[in-house]
Amino acid sequence: MSASDLTGLTLKGALDALAEKRVSAVELAQAHIDAIAVANPHLNAYVLETPDKALEMARASDDRRARGEAGPLDGASLGIKDLFATKGVRSTAGSKIIGEFIPPYESTVTANLWRDGAVMLGKLNMDEFAMGSSNETSAFGPVVNPWKTRGSNQPLTPGGSSGGSAAAVAADLCLGATASDTGGSIRQPAAFTGTVGIKPTYGRCSRYGIVAFASSLDQAGPIAKTVEDAAILLRSMAGHDAKDSTSLDVETPDFTSFLGKSPKGLRIGVPKEYRIDGMPDEVAKLWDQGVEWLKAAGCEIKTVSLPHTKYALPAYYIIAPAEASSNLARYDGMRFGLRELGNGTLTDVYEQSRAKGFGEEVKRRILIGTYVLSAGYYDAYYLKAQKVRQRIADDFDAVFQEVDALLTPTAPSAAFALGDRVSDPVAMYLNDVFTVTVNLAGLPGISIPAGVDAGGLPLGLQLIGRALDEGTLFTLGGVVEQAAAFRAKPERWW
Amino acid sequence: MSERAPYRIDGRTGEWEVVLGLEIHAQVASDAKLFSGAPTGFGAQPNEHVSLVDAAFPGMLPVINRRCVEQAIRTGLGLRAQINLVSRFDRKNYFYPDLPAGYQISQFKDPIVGEGVLEVERDDGSTFKVGIERLHLEQDAGKSIHDMDPNWTYVDLNRAGVALMEIVSRPDMRSPEDAAAYVKTMRALVRRLGTCDGDMEKGNLRADVNVSVRKPGDPLGTRCEIKNVNSMRFIQQAIVYEARRQVEILEDGGKIDQETRLFDAHKGETRSMRSKEEAHDYRYFPDPDLLPLELDPAWVKAIEATLPELPDALRARLQTQYGLSSYDARVLSADHVLADYFETAVKGRDAKLTANWVCNDLIGRLGKEDKGIEDSPLPPEAIAELVALIEEGVVSSKIARDVFERMWAGEGAPRAIVEAHGLTQMSDTGALEAAIDKLIAANPDKAEAVKTKPQALGWFVGQVMKETGGKANPATLNELLRKKLG
Repeated sequence: MSASDLTGLTLKGALDALAEKRVSAVELAQAHIDAIAVANPHLNAYVLETPDKALEMARASDDRRARGEAGPLDGASLGIKDLFATKGVRSTAGSKIIGEFIPPYESTVTANLWRDGAVMLGKLNMDEFAMGSSNETSAFGPVVNPWKTRGSNQPLTPGGSSGGSAAAVAADLCLGATASDTGGSIRQPAAFTGTVGIKPTYGRCSRYGIVAFASSLDQAGPIAKTVEDAAILLRSMAGHDAKDSTSLDVETPDFTSFLGKSPKGLRIGVPKEYRIDGMPDEVAKLWDQGVEWLKAAGCEIKTVSLPHTKYALPAYYIIAPAEASSNLARYDGMRFGLRELGNGTLTDVYEQSRAKGFGEEVKRRILIGTYVLSAGYYDAYYLKAQKVRQRIADDFDAVFQEVDALLTPTAPSAAFALGDRVSDPVAMYLNDVFTVTVNLAGLPGISIPAGVDAGGLPLGLQLIGRALDEGTLFTLGGVVEQAAAFRAKPERWW
Repeated sequence: MSERAPYRIDGRTGEWEVVLGLEIHAQVASDAKLFSGAPTGFGAQPNEHVSLVDAAFPGMLPVINRRCVEQAIRTGLGLRAQINLVSRFDRKNYFYPDLPAGYQISQFKDPIVGEGVLEVERDDGSTFKVGIERLHLEQDAGKSIHDMDPNWTYVDLNRAGVALMEIVSRPDMRSPEDAAAYVKTMRALVRRLGTCDGDMEKGNLRADVNVSVRKPGDPLGTRCEIKNVNSMRFIQQAIVYEARRQVEILEDGGKIDQETRLFDAHKGETRSMRSKEEAHDYRYFPDPDLLPLELDPAWVKAIEATLPELPDALRARLQTQYGLSSYDARVLSADHVLADYFETAVKGRDAKLTANWVCNDLIGRLGKEDKGIEDSPLPPEAIAELVALIEEGVVSSKIARDVFERMWAGEGAPRAIVEAHGLTQMSDTGALEAAIDKLIAANPDKAEAVKTKPQALGWFVGQVMKETGGKANPATLNELLRKKLG
């Protein structure tokens, strides 16, 4: 197979080729390393390429396969979001304040991937501390979406915060990638790049070794080329971990077994509150199309109500910054990362290190979070937001009495131009309007590429399931994927 | 309860009452820290007992240590307090170099232990009750070392993340002595329960003292909190100083600022650490890394079943079972190791005599060398043997003290010492009679005097004792002298 044939494989296709000895892990890794070398100066998807490590891991994988000891992901070349601590490999969370930090430990999610034989190509770009919806808050500069509007040369955002993961998967710079989702950071970039992204149920994947943004919302998941690839990756990433108290002690099913199951009789809810003012026609039309596809596949469609939806975004932008303001207090210039001595007083070390180390968006959220937790404001903001969060969870509980899954758009628009919204944080936050509810309620949500807009840019549909019912999402995701027959790939301009 | 004069501070405008509440921080006896597997042992090199969790590296998460939870429950049960089957951990946010995460994990709104009560006995045997408001689990911070270098502060994180129980009392104490008695009682309790070693010198048990003053009968005054006082003596000194300071301010027409103060043990005074305005806004909120702590009632019951005899029950039993005085019973029950020592030594021996030897001689000797009962070089069997020698009339109490000193010096078992040095009492009437006869013959005037002044007999006792190196059996000697001179 040619090098571009190799990088063009799906994860499943590559695993089959490896199993049938049509390709070696080293060949696969080398093809990706070469593709990254060409593309990355243009896309900026990787903040750290680790070709030597990739080849070393690939050689070890080939040896295991030769001995008949190959694991479920053996030889799969993956990209890792830089939020995940990787032992001996610089991990920055896209921030200057963590700087040149090389963790002496491995996140549980990546350790699970290596346990199953995966190969690491490098660390992927992201919004600083996963705070952003366009990848523009990264200390390493924005990722450029491999997609372009037909007839335009304008660089577009790949979405965020997992913009590097989404762009790398879309541009065939890895077979799949780890990502994380606090308010939509897996699903929105997946939608913007024509890839599949799933945020599993809160607690499915261990948070150990993942730099924390908002602990009660953060959840790891994969970005992949197909629904099946996402199912394969999630199976390896998930699992109970005693090192994370919020990790769920449940069996991890074989998620691929839900693919191809009949969706007949499944009840699909269409939440009316998601039909927001100003929703572009293309998005609304695609949503209707999705409903038709599922109906045609034998699903029962119901209009449902999630009455507290409009309070979700404000509640999210209180709770997430509140937790972040506390989680990010450890970046104080004392033990690792950036340290600015200033005039040498303790206060100055804190102030200078944090002033220089954090970017504008992170500072904004630390300030908001500190404010909403402070004496006299706690009840009005944080406590109120927690009550809203409970109402939102109750809304979902109620509709899941009547339906088995919900169908919504993933994002209110296709990818927008880099620089478009950096000066308007609220417009930027609106990107998360369909995704944050899922994080607030701890539910699983998947984004499937389902069509393109007038300019040829991908659009995604989101399926939301009951807690721990990722299986139904994979079944339905497979149906949407097949019906949409989304085959578009970005034209290679790099 | 006897009539006791209340503790009062004399001011220019009359008498003032002091109102005291204490927050005791007791380090949980556990091999590992509260949320990390790092060890807790004392005496390690700086930063030797630090895990990635303690040092708050990116992506590290806390996992509760079951043993620490068990110890908090045990202490709560010992305080006869309510055990909350659901409690929560909160983050207390502030910046300091010895607080790596930038927050301390504590329990703010929903502590693991609710209201309880501790009965405290004073030295005069009277008792009073102190309400316990709550007990919660929290992490200790590390240690900032400011005096190793003129320009830099060094940080030792060995203590960072070690489990503490914060035990908050109601403002139920009214004198420095009562505050100290409360700490003493609490210390005895946690030691008895095995939930804290009570070592105040190492800072494993320390107190924040809330002090306010008022005219008797008035509502509560504004309080100041004196941080981290770590000895019974300092607690009392700090209260005396602080109460007097507050009275002076109030009598000068001023008002008390609610603030946190430090006790300077060298100067014997308190000084302001930070005022209310400078007080941190800790921005408490539930720690999202930890689930609510839910206790299985069966587990709580199982822990309750393993509780040892508590100090107040022990004190009562020592009095009824051995007929000890309330003083001896209190001294012994204040420290269960001491009580165990006594109960081992007293087997088959006279209780009062054994208690005297343990409470006075042994404790006195240990105290001289700044030692506790754990460090006693003499096992309880040795004290028992010494008491037996007295009971058998082999040695007098006076000689026994000499034997005790020799035992202390490592000369061996008491009976062996007595034999080696010929310290056995002389009850041989023949030898004593000879000595007495000799004395009477040499001092006829003194012998004559005894007839009119019986107290003069003492001179003869002393002389015979001197002659015999103190070995004469006092009872036999007295009897013989009375017979010959009386």
